[in-house]
This record gives sequence, structure tokens and C-alpha cells, in this order.
Amino acid sequence: MADEKNLFDIEIICPDRVLHTGRAYMVEFNTTEGQIGVFKNHVPITTVLAPGIVTITEGDDHKKQAAIHSGFATILQDKVTLLADIAELPDEIDVQRAEAAKQRAEKRLSEHADGLDVLRAEIALKKALVRLDIKK
Amino acid sequence: MASMKDIKQRKSSIQSTQQITKAMKLVSTVKLQKARTRAENANPFFQHVYNTVSTILAKSENISHPFLKSGDSDRIAVVVITSNRGLAGGYNSNVVKLITESGLPKDKIDIYAIGGKGRDSLDHKGYTIVSDDSPVMEAPTYDDAKEICDKVLDSFAKGEIGEIYLAYAHFKNTVVNVPTLMKLLPVEVDEEDVQESKVEAPMGFEPTDEEVLDVVIPKYVTSLFYGALIEAVASENGARMQAMDSATSNAEEMISDLSLKYNRARQGAITQELTEIIAGAQAIS
Repeated sequence: MADEKNLFDIEIICPDRVLHTGRAYMVEFNTTEGQIGVFKNHVPITTVLAPGIVTITEGDDHKKQAAIHSGFATILQDKVTLLADIAELPDEIDVQRAEAAKQRAEKRLSEHADGLDVLRAEIALKKALVRLDIKK
Repeated sequence: MASMKDIKQRKSSIQSTQQITKAMKLVSTVKLQKARTRAENANPFFQHVYNTVSTILAKSENISHPFLKSGDSDRIAVVVITSNRGLAGGYNSNVVKLITESGLPKDKIDIYAIGGKGRDSLDHKGYTIVSDDSPVMEAPTYDDAKEICDKVLDSFAKGEIGEIYLAYAHFKNTVVNVPTLMKLLPVEVDEEDVQESKVEAPMGFEPTDEEVLDVVIPKYVTSLFYGALIEAVASENGARMQAMDSATSNAEEMISDLSLKYNRARQGAITQELTEIIAGAQAIS
């Protein structure tokens, strides 16, 4: 299935570095509208990313993953570019830190103290969950 | 003619100043290398955001979005990026001059200062400083840029300001930086870039054009801020490196001049002493 002619370029770009660049057969990621998978010759679309895991299928059983927290994706027929404020490869993630962040955010949300920035706590929780998810 | 002791003192004082300027030059060379690498790494992100914005705007004639038109307010926000430290030649004053000579009405400008030198001199000239984020210049990060961007966009969204400009020293190469004043909002895109992006197949947007713009434009502004911040650091260190280099060579020149004077004075003193001894001997015989 992963013929050379079915491959397209994939790039993940962060503000301070290019996280990943290569060729892929399929890319899956979360958008605000739900999860999508992209093959070659997709209709050109620009869409907003939701926190989640990006899975890049490079060959029959050759997959790569990365955690992405916010940004947008530009899909062209032979190229997909993901622009993210924060993106990480699995081996860059500190599980203990993510676990601690998850507990902290959960505690804040459950206590619901006055002046709590709910949105911020929710974002922190989501980030921690994505990080833990990719490590599993 | 100055005495030998005076010349010697002056020479050693210049020598110690030269040591300082030499060390400062080395420090800024290292910092410049670092800042330059960061600026290069940040470029792909900015390029892509810019392309996306131009693509959207190319087909956006009928999109109405608050970020695409001037606000109701006639106040103009200018984000000024300078350094916190001096001894960088004309670096800071060039950026400040850019604003004073820009032709923008002084009483309508709100200055968002990043960098103490620019803040102080604009304050002195009577501009309104509404915010000061100078500590950011020590080590600008994307988060810093985001924070400043949120602040400015918030004022824009509330209608407190109608236009946003950015003033910084664009890093061209190690010896050249170009003070640049650019308009951020409402967004304006070069005609040429738009033409280029029109060649692509028509682009769709999900969920809607407006919602994509909501996300993309703040990112565009943030990445511009971030790019400008790290370029400004590179420009600052480039300017300082140059200033310190010429200071060091000036010191070198002064030292060689003073050495010559010192040797002449020493020679003169010896000659005088000899003349006095000979004259004394002649008087006795």
C-alpha cells in the first residue's frame, strides 16, 4: 500500500524548530471538528488543531507519533504542514512531570476555588492528558 | 608638554579600558552567534504562517473580520523593541528616530515598550508609554511574544487602539541592521505574495474562514513579534560587537600615540639631564 507514489511530504513546525520533516503514507490528527486522517491528494484545506496525538504512518508498519497542543494545519494535495505552538516527540516527554501537572489541574478543577481560571486549568489538564496518552 | 608620569597614567587607563571593550566584543560575538541560530530556526514557522495568511487574504475579499479592518479608535499602538543595555553604537537611537521621524502623530501614539533604552528616550521625548516589558529582552521566548501579543490584540479587540505597528532593528547581517517600522494590524499583504499563492488549488477552511482567521492571525502577529524579538537581540549584539571593535582599535591607536609621546618625553628628559651635567662640568673647569 505504501507505494512511493502514494507518499506525500509532512512537516511539523514549532516556533523555535522544525520538529519533523519527511514523507508519509497517512497522517492522523485531531482538529476542532474531530479526528481526521489524511492521504495523498486530499482536498486543500486549512484547519484548526485540537490538542492530541499526531500519528504519521510512513510505511506498512512504520509509525511515528508526536504530541501537539495547539496550532493549525495546512493540507495540500502533496504536502501537509502542521504548525504548533507546542509540539513534542514521545521521548521528550517527562511522564512524572505530566502526571504531576494532571493531578494539579484536576485538583484545581474539583476544588473550584474562587477566582479559578477554569479555561486555563482545563487546558493544562488536556496538555497533561495528551502527554500521558502518547507515552502509553 | 605633559610629564612622563601623566602620560604613563593615561596610557595605563586607556589600556584597561581597551581590555574591557575587547572582552565585551568577545561576549557579544558569542551572543550574536546564539541569537543568529535562533533567528534562523524561527524562520520556517514565520514563513509558513505568513503564507497561510496571504493565501486566506487572497480569497478574503468578502470576509469581514475585525482583524482585517481598522478599529474605530484613532489611537495607534507602536511596539518598540530596543535593548536594555547601552554601548551598542547607534542601535537604540536609530530605532527611536524611526518613530520620531515616522510622521505618525505623536499625541495619538501609545508606546508598548520592550527594552529600557527605547522606553527611556521615548518617555523623555514626551510619548505615552502604556506598557513596559523590558525584562523580556534578556532572553525572549515564544511565550513572552505570545503574552505581549495577547495584550496588544486584546486592546485592539476592545477598540482602544485602531492600528498596530512594530518598530525593531531587522537583522540583515553581522554588520548591518535595518531599523524597520511595519504595520501589523489591520493586516496588509504584499500584492506579489498573494499572486504567488493564487497558483495553488483553491483552499478550503474548516470550520469556517472566520474561525481559522481567529486562530491564524494572532499566531501571525505572535510569530512576527517572536521573530522581531530574536532578530533584535541579534542586531543588538551585532551593533555592540561593531561598536566595541572600533572602540578597541581606537584605544590601540591612542596607546601607540601615547607610547610615542612617552618615549619622546623620556628622551627629552635624558637629553636635558646630560645638558645640565655638561654645563655644570664646563662651569667648574
